[in-house]
Amino acid sequence: MSRQRDDYEKSWWYRFRKWVDGEMDLLDEGMEIRVPDEMLAAMDGEGQDAARHPAENKEHTFSYDGRGIRYFRRFYQVMSVLLCLSIIFVLLWTVAYLPAFGNAGNPDNNEVSARYIERGLQETGAVNIVTGMILDYRAFDTFGESCVLFIASCCVLVLLRIDAADGNEQARKRLEEANDRLFEPKNDVILQKCACVLVPLILVFGIYIVLNGHLSPGGGFSGGAVLGSGLILYLNAFGFGKTERFFTEKVYRRLTLSALTFYCLAKSYSFFTGANHMESGIPLGMPGRILSSGLILPLNICVGLVVACTMYAFYALFRKGGM
Amino acid sequence: MDTPLFVNMEETVSIILFGIGFTMLMLHRNLIKKILGMNIMDTAVYLFLAVKGYINGRMVPIVTNQIQDASAYINPVPSGLVLTGIVVSVSTTALMLALTIRLYERYGSLDLDEILMRAKEEERT
Repeated sequence: MSRQRDDYEKSWWYRFRKWVDGEMDLLDEGMEIRVPDEMLAAMDGEGQDAARHPAENKEHTFSYDGRGIRYFRRFYQVMSVLLCLSIIFVLLWTVAYLPAFGNAGNPDNNEVSARYIERGLQETGAVNIVTGMILDYRAFDTFGESCVLFIASCCVLVLLRIDAADGNEQARKRLEEANDRLFEPKNDVILQKCACVLVPLILVFGIYIVLNGHLSPGGGFSGGAVLGSGLILYLNAFGFGKTERFFTEKVYRRLTLSALTFYCLAKSYSFFTGANHMESGIPLGMPGRILSSGLILPLNICVGLVVACTMYAFYALFRKGGM
Repeated sequence: MDTPLFVNMEETVSIILFGIGFTMLMLHRNLIKKILGMNIMDTAVYLFLAVKGYINGRMVPIVTNQIQDASAYINPVPSGLVLTGIVVSVSTTALMLALTIRLYERYGSLDLDEILMRAKEEERT
């Protein structure tokens, strides 16, 4: 049995535990910028006192451009440059021992990728092996990615949303005017004419990328980003009044949620039947056709919807704090 | 010309990019520039991963002419990993920018030191 220490409250372990529990800040004094000793000696008694106990002595805090802070900054910069250089050096040293670039015998070209290439077309029906990999073999990974996007847009919504119920109507209106970039030209003719031509093209191109994800480079993520940028261009040219007719917060919520739910259920079904050696009943179709490769096309559409909505939501939230 | 660093030139470049990003993250006090540095680091990681999947003289992993030999295509796994990385980096960047906006609204500054000073002062009073 260990001897009970009477100075337990001063021990490192106790302080560490308190800090983990959040009752105490271990770095409370440590975060204060330390003043070098020779500077302390150069100061008069009163200033010295203030430097040692800045938290207790309100009227003797350091000014922002004090000499101590400047010294500290110089020291910090030198140390961080040294740290960065040493990190680069260590990593470059590692690179020197890595296998040669582009060599087929490298250890990362193992049986996993060989299997994906040799059997991918038969098992997933996708001509594009990368799409077959990320939306069939590793579909739950992609589901996690879509959820990361969704959660990020939720967090941005929480952080940046301006609530209409909060505060009076006039303040909100003023805030909105300020956020909507009052000094930029509204109803810019050049932008609107260009958008008239470009937005349909961009949207069609985005839809093409999404739908051809299993046949050619592309897929839900890149196509969704293109769709989102088309929407953002439309918003910039014609303002929030036009986009709010078809894209509001409610639409965003419903689209994203239904896309994620469909993705989750469809892939759960296909994994369940696959793991139990049952027939899933999803036809793989002729490789190379648009309507082929089973679930990959609907899943690509789901991912594309989530990405497009999230891109647009990010832009709208950053610009005016709402959709 | 045969030194390992030169043979692995792409990896070397990605490490140097990573270092540039990390230095920006450490040295700049402006929060926006810190986020830029973080994005440069992300890009370096994508470059590294994409380089790892490349094999000399092979095709992109899209089945053409019914060739299904593993020795005909490059490695598809790192491409998928890069895709994951890009999505996560977009999400984290948006989150960091939103937090920066809130900090700016609260303290009226993008300088990290100044924000810390003001937060400390507010805590005292």
